[in-house]
Amino acid sequence: MYEVRFHGRGGQGSVMASGILAAALVEEGKYAVSIPSFGFERRGAPVVSFLRASDREIRQLTNIYHPDCIICVDPTLTKSVDIFAGLKPGGALVQATHRSLEELALPDTVATVGLCDAVRIALDIFKRPITNTLMLGAFARTTGIVSLDALKRALEDSEFRDAGLVQNMTALERGYAETVVHQIERRAAA
Amino acid sequence: MSTATLEKPATADAARKPKVILCEGNEAAALGVALARPDMVAVYPITPQSSLVEHVAKLIADGRMDADIVDAEGEHSVLSVLQGGALAGARTYTATCGPGLAFMFEPYFRTTGMRLPIVMSIVTRDGITPQCVWGGHQDAMTVREVGWVQIYCESVQEVLDTTVMAFRIAEDHDVMLPVNICLDGNYLSYGTSRVELPDQADVDAFMGPKDVNWHVALDPLRPMAVDPLTGGSGGKGPSTFVRYRKSQCRGMQNALSVITKVHEEWAQRIGRSYAPLVEEYRLDDADFAIMTLGSMTGAAKDAVDEAREAGKKVGLIKIKTFSPFPIDALLQAFRKIRALGVVDRSVGFRWNCGPMYQETMGVLYRLGRQLPSMSFIGGLAGADLTIPHFHRVIEETEALLTGPMPSEPVWLNEKD
Repeated sequence: MYEVRFHGRGGQGSVMASGILAAALVEEGKYAVSIPSFGFERRGAPVVSFLRASDREIRQLTNIYHPDCIICVDPTLTKSVDIFAGLKPGGALVQATHRSLEELALPDTVATVGLCDAVRIALDIFKRPITNTLMLGAFARTTGIVSLDALKRALEDSEFRDAGLVQNMTALERGYAETVVHQIERRAAA
Repeated sequence: MSTATLEKPATADAARKPKVILCEGNEAAALGVALARPDMVAVYPITPQSSLVEHVAKLIADGRMDADIVDAEGEHSVLSVLQGGALAGARTYTATCGPGLAFMFEPYFRTTGMRLPIVMSIVTRDGITPQCVWGGHQDAMTVREVGWVQIYCESVQEVLDTTVMAFRIAEDHDVMLPVNICLDGNYLSYGTSRVELPDQADVDAFMGPKDVNWHVALDPLRPMAVDPLTGGSGGKGPSTFVRYRKSQCRGMQNALSVITKVHEEWAQRIGRSYAPLVEEYRLDDADFAIMTLGSMTGAAKDAVDEAREAGKKVGLIKIKTFSPFPIDALLQAFRKIRALGVVDRSVGFRWNCGPMYQETMGVLYRLGRQLPSMSFIGGLAGADLTIPHFHRVIEETEALLTGPMPSEPVWLNEKD
């Protein structure tokens, strides 16, 4: 079982991204379940979405409290939400940010970090800061849990059409290509 | 939610392989409706049912479903419109929940008395007030005594399969009752999962011929009085009314065997099987069991597996068919155990326990021995019921083997 928690803001498409990732995983023959969080959703407010992937059928339909990976599609969210809550030791962070690894305050649980300047790229592609599909590319690059090809096929089958599909395909590819992955070495506890 | 379609593998038996898709529970319900080929649907959107009727409307607009759709001005009209359709011989469908179901109550009662085999999903939602728009079984539980068959689903796949089966159950000549397919708001309505889509030709063969108004009809070629005045204390009024009610009760009892038969046929033709009334999970050598309903069951089964590894002899009993209440199937399960914990996703205000626990106590009376039991209430208004919650249920139920029965229910999310 591999568990992912998406963090974003209402209107940024993190729930949709979670669905496209689930579709890509099913494409690859895996089982996947995606559940949006239920709260007082509104545009701009912090929202969460959950995704489980497994080689076996997934029975539990619950939220995720101890994810293997956190995908944060918004660069400002860490000021208002503890996105790292419950992250498993040795976990991964896929973060939309223009900052360098040294500028981020990361807890000890984070071992793998994928950083993508997604807002800049999104403004380039969409003329709007829509980072969700970019960050799926960044996730594939950082973790290797899903292939870029499977994500592309899932995107083709999604509700994106015409120019929107082309733009999002570009976003996926650039998210994959322009993510920098870091491995953080930590000394084993004495 | 987007739908991704997998390419079929290029093998010789590819034509027999089911199409694998990814969809949310509300879309799975809509796809199940389309497979059953209704003639008429009437809709009014309400959270968390809205995306279900949006998917139905889209299937019709895209030409993938050949049905008339009526955008009624409210749920009372939705069900009234469908009654007219059913009386004219149409296979009919709608979906609602919570306040919409409340607004529908008057025709909701009439549907069972007229024995109209209408299928309606309840995308279950907790009761207001306090204000909330999230899941819980309070709406469906509140109307459990109106004579609809009520079947609860555990997974997105089961939503799709059971929605198709519901039409066969409702239209069976020994039943002729409306059927509610209950899918949990939030966790099943928006939960997105891998689903196998049955082949339309297989479903057509499963459904067989349609015959929904042989007993009561608005038909110029068969003029009859529909829903005439009965009852009172004179003439044939009282005995006529009693015959109606006894016949409804007989239809409900017949539903137990029909639901079982329809599930067996679904397994033969489509290749997926479910316990039609009550599922026993790891129960045969269990000392005690927990009892669940709906989408909470997956996490509960995972917790049972973990507890088994830790040496606890626990099993699980899941109710799928809640109305008619599966008394005999439950008695068979209860004979295997010495303690029982029942988890409800709604509140029984009169008894200070969960409604499923309240119903279960009636069954326990017929067991012929004392079975220590207790009530747990959780997952109200969208609250999560997780594996740790079920470990608590397992521990407190196990304590009944040696300790006293609590008189108060345990509120599982009280300190979340």
